[in-house]
Amino acid sequence: MSELPEGLHALPEGLHAATARPAEAAQDDVLVSAEGVVKYFPIKQGIVFKKEVARVHAVDGVDLRVRRGETLGIVGESGSGKSTLARCITGLHPVTSGRILFEGTDITKLSKSGLKAFRRDVQMIFQDPYGSLNPRRRVGSIIGDPFAIHNIADGADRKKRVQELMELVGLNPEHYNRFPAEFSGGQRQRIGVARALALKPKLIVCDEPVSALDVSIQAQVINLLKDLQDELGLTYIFIAHDLSVVRYVSDRVGVMYLGRIGESAAAEELYERPRHPYSAALLSAASIADPDEAERAERIVLIGDVPSPIDPPSGCRFHPRCPKAQERCVAEEPALVVRDGDAADHLTACHFPVEPGEVLAHEHAGISQVSTEPELPEVEQ
Amino acid sequence: MLRFVIRRLLYSVLVLWLVATLVFVFLHISPVPVERVIGGPRATTDTLAQIRANLGLDQPVIVQYGRFLGRLLRGDLGDSYINGTSVAALVRDRLPTTLWLVAGAGVIWFVGGVVTGVYSATRARGAGDRLVTLFVLIGLSTPPFVMALVLLYLFSTKLGEAGVPFFEAGPPLQEHFLQRMILPWIALAFLMVAAYTRLTRGAMLDVLGEDYIRTARAKGISPKRVVYRHGLRSALTPVVTQFGIDLGALIGSTIVTEKVFGLQGVGQLVYQSINLGDTPVIIGVTLMVTLFVVLANLLVDVGYSFLDPRVRLS
Amino acid sequence: MSSFTELDSEIVPVDAEPRRVQGRTPWQLAWTRFRRDRLAVASLVVLALMVVFAALAPLWAHWTGHPYDATFPKTALDPSGQPVGPGRHFWLGADQLGRDVLVRAAYGARISLVVGVAAAVLASVIGVAVGVLAGFVGGVLDTVLARMMDITLALPYLLVAIMLATTFQLTSVAASVSLTIVVIAFFSFAAFGRIIRGQVLSLREKEFIEAARSLGAGNLRIMAVDVLPNLMAQVTVLTSLLIPTSIVFEATLSFLGVGVRLPMPSWGSMLGEGSDVFQTAWWLLAVPAFLLLLTTLSFNLLGDGIRDALDPRGDRHSGKK
Repeated sequence: MSELPEGLHALPEGLHAATARPAEAAQDDVLVSAEGVVKYFPIKQGIVFKKEVARVHAVDGVDLRVRRGETLGIVGESGSGKSTLARCITGLHPVTSGRILFEGTDITKLSKSGLKAFRRDVQMIFQDPYGSLNPRRRVGSIIGDPFAIHNIADGADRKKRVQELMELVGLNPEHYNRFPAEFSGGQRQRIGVARALALKPKLIVCDEPVSALDVSIQAQVINLLKDLQDELGLTYIFIAHDLSVVRYVSDRVGVMYLGRIGESAAAEELYERPRHPYSAALLSAASIADPDEAERAERIVLIGDVPSPIDPPSGCRFHPRCPKAQERCVAEEPALVVRDGDAADHLTACHFPVEPGEVLAHEHAGISQVSTEPELPEVEQ
Repeated sequence: MLRFVIRRLLYSVLVLWLVATLVFVFLHISPVPVERVIGGPRATTDTLAQIRANLGLDQPVIVQYGRFLGRLLRGDLGDSYINGTSVAALVRDRLPTTLWLVAGAGVIWFVGGVVTGVYSATRARGAGDRLVTLFVLIGLSTPPFVMALVLLYLFSTKLGEAGVPFFEAGPPLQEHFLQRMILPWIALAFLMVAAYTRLTRGAMLDVLGEDYIRTARAKGISPKRVVYRHGLRSALTPVVTQFGIDLGALIGSTIVTEKVFGLQGVGQLVYQSINLGDTPVIIGVTLMVTLFVVLANLLVDVGYSFLDPRVRLS
Repeated sequence: MSSFTELDSEIVPVDAEPRRVQGRTPWQLAWTRFRRDRLAVASLVVLALMVVFAALAPLWAHWTGHPYDATFPKTALDPSGQPVGPGRHFWLGADQLGRDVLVRAAYGARISLVVGVAAAVLASVIGVAVGVLAGFVGGVLDTVLARMMDITLALPYLLVAIMLATTFQLTSVAASVSLTIVVIAFFSFAAFGRIIRGQVLSLREKEFIEAARSLGAGNLRIMAVDVLPNLMAQVTVLTSLLIPTSIVFEATLSFLGVGVRLPMPSWGSMLGEGSDVFQTAWWLLAVPAFLLLLTTLSFNLLGDGIRDALDPRGDRHSGKK
């Protein structure tokens, strides 16, 4: 029980615990913050009058803060709720409960016109470079869509601005009249980036922006995003399941599991000293570039599937698969707070965090060790 | 399962009620007065007055509507004011002919469609397949009444002159049954054979492209067995479903066939009623056929849900 | 058809810009593919000729001196009262009342084409409206509209159409043509709307719709800019295939005497009126039946061609929708 007071005196930076007061949000330059965000999807049955029979707990009480100009990475397996969280932050999904503050305004309570104004400041880059561009429209019209929707710049002016955007993201402005089908996957993603940049947003939420691309193309798009951030002072929320990509782009990283954030810290800190057993397992499963190091590394392979978000486990949601799980984990939900000896912005939601150098037990039912066959976290398609 | 049946039953009742209401609304929004529509163009003023009294036309519309539904619930489809009998009796006399017509045509079109469809699917893109495709296009483009007229002309006129008695007109049904029914069956089934060939061919090609069929082939099962035992079985499911629906709907489409071939069935009754302006008969037959269609759909759905549990969930 | 004439002008390269940067629209690509489909082009030519034949109907009447509703008992019927066959005065023969079959067939072509196209277009407009509304808005509205379409599909349409025509007892040609169009559209929109609804449901899940929403686009804009253009290929194919069905529907109704009213000829009513004398006057059967078959076959081939052109990967084999 010693972690609670520590959680209070520590001032979490990027992500903060449920116990922290919202007033703190204004102190450092926070652009967007989420407070207790919950998103349930009802499952309905019935002919005309549908009644709710169950609900999917997609996002179940998430707090986070993103400072101006930084990149917050969010990792997790498929079904962890990271894409739903992204859509809540961009206002695409109404939240079930909780608040999302953007520059101090709660966007969950915005009027229709307020929401439209908010959308100029927050943009999204989507996962599927094929599905996210209307195949029946020309590229110029797709990138110019934001201008058309918000009645900015007409005719020749709009065309000029669209072509500037195309140049900015590394597309040939002469391809203004082409259709999406005439571009490669990487180029299409650049079109999506250009569209997101059109209104000069403050925040861009990238939902797995490179996972549908070839590895060789991924680096190009990632570097483009980083360059644009330096050039335009953008803030990113970067969602991915690829741990190395997230490490490369992020200042801070949050690990999501079944609609909750399990651990968050500065990127290097999280990758070097994971405290949550789930983070440790994820990281151990990721591929390691150095073959010597890879040989030495212990791989922890999680057994079993992610439990259904319709009926999530009690207490700590990770307990059915956790090597360190004890009775307390079943009964009591751990708070996301700073644990002993951690940096001030390293938050972990675990009753029994992994100690540095600790080797996780393998004999537990929920976990086993396989050193020959690395298994990546399930790839979200 | 029971819940599913009850749901489908309620839905069927809803359809019947809607059709009945539609009939009522049609009668009352028609620019022609109701008693004139019911009585026909040659009705006398006495008859018109009698109809007005019978239907209670001087009462508020809502009362008339209630009485209209009440009569239908008792199975009273109304009376023909032209020949003075009840519609139910008229239909009862004519129903066997129509049922024979539909049943025979149904066999022809189902067997014909499935056989041709399988043939062309197993020879996809070959010469036989192209020929079948051409036949399908022509079949789908031929209105049933044109087919009936052409068949009648060719077989009864031309071959009849040559002494080949392919078709004989006139009652009773029992004599020369096959000779009398074969042309109507073909005429009624022709378009449906084309439609079912297309349907079966599509379903077969879909199924034959599935992984489990490829697995079966890879295991070395003989091509015949793959096609008939593994492929046709699952390909037939959508075809059978459609068949149940069409069979019910076809009862309403026998009008032209019966008219052309002079069969005294329900369709002929409708045709004669059109010419006489005998609207109550048309309304009664429409309501009865709707009942048939709804029952057929109900049976298909419930039967299908026994075979394929996924249906119940959707 | 109008979309294709429109395309012709778009194919000409814009002189200011080099041609290689001008992306070809999906419609242009489809037109290129369509032109290679000989059967489809042939049916387009046949239908164009049919339109000319129908458009010139008054001209045929003028040249022959036989108005479509005039009887010529002296020249058209032989002494025993039998109609004369094809010849110098009556190019395609005369009917049982002594009227000119050629002139009547031309007027019948007008009816078939007008009713077929108008009913198909009306049905597709209603079908798209209902389908898009049901699929896009969803909820209770979707449930009600989807059920409504199911019920319409379950009706014995020919009987209900006959009932409608007999209760209304229309006597004027114009009114009967309008009623026929409305009746056909009413019984055809449901199948159309159901397919469109399914399309919209799958489109709604596409990320580009979400992208438009995240940009701040409203429902109306998304429907007009992102949903409808993606439905146009499907709508074009369905409408073109609905035309022959509507033509057959009209011919059947007129054959039974509840479609287009006399004295306006329709191919269906020509077949119905002449059926007693086919044995001796084969042209009364052959002329309207041939024209009807030619038209529906051409429209079906054209529809198949359009489908193949718009969806080159599409499976030609998957039959009824």
